[in-house]
Amino acid sequence: MDFKLSQEHLMARDLFRSFAENEVKPLAQEVDEEERFPVETIEKMGKLGFMGIPIPKEYGGQGCDYLTYAICVEELAKVCGTTAVILSAHTSLCQMPILHFGTEEQKQKYLVPLAKGETLGAFGLTEPGAGTDASGQHTKAVLDGDEYVLNGSKVFITNGYYADTYVIFAMTNKDLGSKGISAFIVEKGTPGFTFGTKEKKMGIRGSATYELVFTDCRIPKENLLGKEGQGYAIALNTLNGGRVGIAAQALGLAAGALEVTTAYVKTRKQFGKTLDRFQNTQFTLADMATRTEAARLLVYKSAWEHDADPKNDGTTSSMAKLYAAETASYVTNRAVQLHGGYGYIREYDVERMMRDAKITEIYEGTSEVQRMVISHNLLK
Amino acid sequence: MKIVVCIKQVPDTAGGVKFNPDGTLDRSAMLAIMNPDDKAGLEAALRLKDMYGAEVTVLTMGLPKADSILREAMAMGADNAILVTDRVLGGADTWATSQTLAGAIRNLDYDLIITGRQAIDGDTAQVGPQLSVHLGLPLVSYTQNLKIEDGYVIAERLFDDRHHVLKVKMPCLLTALSELNEPRYMTPGGIFDAFKAPVTVWGRKDLKDTLDSDLGKVGSPTQIAKASDKVRKGAGTLHVAEDGSEGAEYILSKLKEKFII
Amino acid sequence: MALEEYKGVYVFAQQVDNKVENIALELLGKGKALAQDLGTEVVAMLLGENIGDQAKVLAEYGADKVIVVDHPYLKDYMTEPYTQAISAIIHEFKPEIVLFGATAIGRDLAPCVAATVHTGLTADCTKLDIGDFPINPIPGKTQLHNQLLMTRPAFGGNTIATIAIPDFRPQMATVRPGVMQKLAPNPEAKAEVVNFDAKLEKNDRFVEILDVVKKVSEYVDIQDAKILISGGRGMQNKENYEKILRPLANLLGGQVSSSRAGVDGFGIPKELQVGQTGKTVRPKLYMACGISGAIQHLAGMEESDLIIAINKDETAPIFDVADYGIVGDLFQIVPALTKLVEQELAKKKAL
Repeated sequence: MDFKLSQEHLMARDLFRSFAENEVKPLAQEVDEEERFPVETIEKMGKLGFMGIPIPKEYGGQGCDYLTYAICVEELAKVCGTTAVILSAHTSLCQMPILHFGTEEQKQKYLVPLAKGETLGAFGLTEPGAGTDASGQHTKAVLDGDEYVLNGSKVFITNGYYADTYVIFAMTNKDLGSKGISAFIVEKGTPGFTFGTKEKKMGIRGSATYELVFTDCRIPKENLLGKEGQGYAIALNTLNGGRVGIAAQALGLAAGALEVTTAYVKTRKQFGKTLDRFQNTQFTLADMATRTEAARLLVYKSAWEHDADPKNDGTTSSMAKLYAAETASYVTNRAVQLHGGYGYIREYDVERMMRDAKITEIYEGTSEVQRMVISHNLLK
Repeated sequence: MKIVVCIKQVPDTAGGVKFNPDGTLDRSAMLAIMNPDDKAGLEAALRLKDMYGAEVTVLTMGLPKADSILREAMAMGADNAILVTDRVLGGADTWATSQTLAGAIRNLDYDLIITGRQAIDGDTAQVGPQLSVHLGLPLVSYTQNLKIEDGYVIAERLFDDRHHVLKVKMPCLLTALSELNEPRYMTPGGIFDAFKAPVTVWGRKDLKDTLDSDLGKVGSPTQIAKASDKVRKGAGTLHVAEDGSEGAEYILSKLKEKFII
Repeated sequence: MALEEYKGVYVFAQQVDNKVENIALELLGKGKALAQDLGTEVVAMLLGENIGDQAKVLAEYGADKVIVVDHPYLKDYMTEPYTQAISAIIHEFKPEIVLFGATAIGRDLAPCVAATVHTGLTADCTKLDIGDFPINPIPGKTQLHNQLLMTRPAFGGNTIATIAIPDFRPQMATVRPGVMQKLAPNPEAKAEVVNFDAKLEKNDRFVEILDVVKKVSEYVDIQDAKILISGGRGMQNKENYEKILRPLANLLGGQVSSSRAGVDGFGIPKELQVGQTGKTVRPKLYMACGISGAIQHLAGMEESDLIIAINKDETAPIFDVADYGIVGDLFQIVPALTKLVEQELAKKKAL
């Protein structure tokens, strides 16, 4: 057994780190403050292949493993939670289902430009009445000739409005319950597909979170992803992989907060000595570092398991998501505390990191859902 | 077109330097990076490759661990990589280094050789020019803009108060400044491919038309008499100003004391 | 030929537009001192086209002899003909020391010459001495005397090394501009002038100059300034250099300069940059305002006679080299100081 990253992964980490430092960090505060979607960063990441890291080369991707992708999300999140989630939703939630369940034509038409970063992807499952209980879908898709007609709405959609390609879930047969859900690829600009409210959020404020509205939106039959009725299975499988991405985002937020706090306590003086001389600081940092490292081990292991078997039962990715998210909240909270009053001021990064961290306990399955998945797999 | 880019692995001086007990640099304790000017040279080569099509070979002389900057160069887009490494080449000054590189390059076909202006560890800016002499090539130092026209390089050569626009017949040698361009990032897939690609490793015996007496420490005309941490003059007086005018009064008194006014 | 037979300290008298540059005079100043230590002469090598009249300037600044190579190929600086000319002088006259300025010309020419004549070269020296090598006797190793010991910063100014070239001649060095002192000119001084035919030959290494584009600079060379009021990251923007620093510099008869942070961050012209990648300065007064003092910056200014630093951060490394460090807000202190200096000068004038 070897816990060392390979030379390739180490070099990739250096790459992501320097990109994050030079291109992402300088914008992090502004993007948060102005709730601005960082279009220019996404374009740069697209040109460098960051938008298609775990996608095979024949589909325009980089042909790297899921671990490389997780490290990328982690490094981005260390400096900007917003940028990390944009990449994560685009990759895990939009490209992976097309890669795993799409036809060759769908892959050529949608996956290739997504992986090259020429288009942006999003994923629409959640509805006002179907959050944690995704089976309660109200959006309907009815086959009419060669087209499906979509009616309904989706909420809290990351990358909404800015994305070009959407993987959307809708009921094709209400009688079958969750077995009556199907997945579709919907293009931005399709008549009848419009955007509703843009949500104002506590954190990850630069990421776009929109309501999607479908009113007699007609999409070609060949945009059905997988088979009719396979939607729920696609959604669950996608979310398993997605959790690795969000876990990596949470890990990055914790690691980033740990890093800036470690630097801060060495310079800030109280009672004539720097904060790092106080045992309270030392012990708090020790706890922060220990939990962050434990989260990292879980995240990397879940990424590694995803590479070994993308259709695994998701226990480890749920554990990684659960633990990393709670670690992110804990570590960023302690980071603010160690910063004292300054930690509560917007000028300091930890203030933003603490707000950004909270969402990782909620989206792509709340911590409670993760506990359900873990215990379900444990007790079956 | 075939381009050879000479690169060097250097300690990242931004992180501070460390010494062995004998006063020599402890390179192993410092983070090793691709020298910034060399990276600009590589970027210039890769841009020529993008514009005109070219085969870019990166060449380094160094310890076996310099392999990593060759991988990095390939992950940025270089096609081939050569590592020249041999015990007898150690301790080389710029004369011996340029002789070594010349011996390696004599094995290659090339239209253009690009080196960085200088390395951040030595700051000498001598290896590129000396290499051009050993190979008998025209030299353009401090290159800032360049293009290729029918077998000629048209380059801007920077001086302190001006630049010359030079027309130089290929093959020739250019030295690049880190201000020349913004080197591209690697790509994630490029990194994984680079570690699968072969790196040619050459030793002393592979150097063409080179004398032993021109190599390594033995072949180096310069010798170090003394090396040490820089001793700075001691810090003076630190004064915490009560406010703007008190601080100003303080400075004024010192200016008068020292007869500045 | 035995190494002892190489004699004389030679300096490359860099000229641009047929005018000898300051660095040549600085080299003569140092070269003269080295020549005195060695009991020999200092010789200037003057290359150009119709350049002979500049020999007089070199004499005034200390040259005992001037070797002139006058040739159309040498009008504007080009690597190959200049390398041929200097190498030919070395072959003919056999100097023991040859010095160049560490300028964009000298740092190109010197390595090519060293490679051509096969000798050692030390770059960017800040100190030159005559001494023994090894510096301290080592049993079983002959200690050589009258060697040129060349001291230079390396690793971005983090280390200094002293280099010798015991087994080759000439001993060659490039010297940072602004570090050595030129002599006071003596209008009466005469130098022997030798016109030398270097037998220049066109070869494959020649290049063609298509155009010479001069930078129009509206800035006084900060290396010539006696007083520098210098700004850094703490200045916040370019306008503050003019608003806050310029009035004080004007009052004191000095110039405004900048750290790299000001050049990269606020668009201060590169000509005004002090430091490793900018210029080395040693004014009578260097006042650092809002400059944290990265080692690369310190390398360019720490030889100043008097250093005063103003910074908000008491841990800023600039305070390690400052004679007087003031912890405070430059936006309060500098304008207040400007007013005080103005009053003081007015008082003096009234006397």
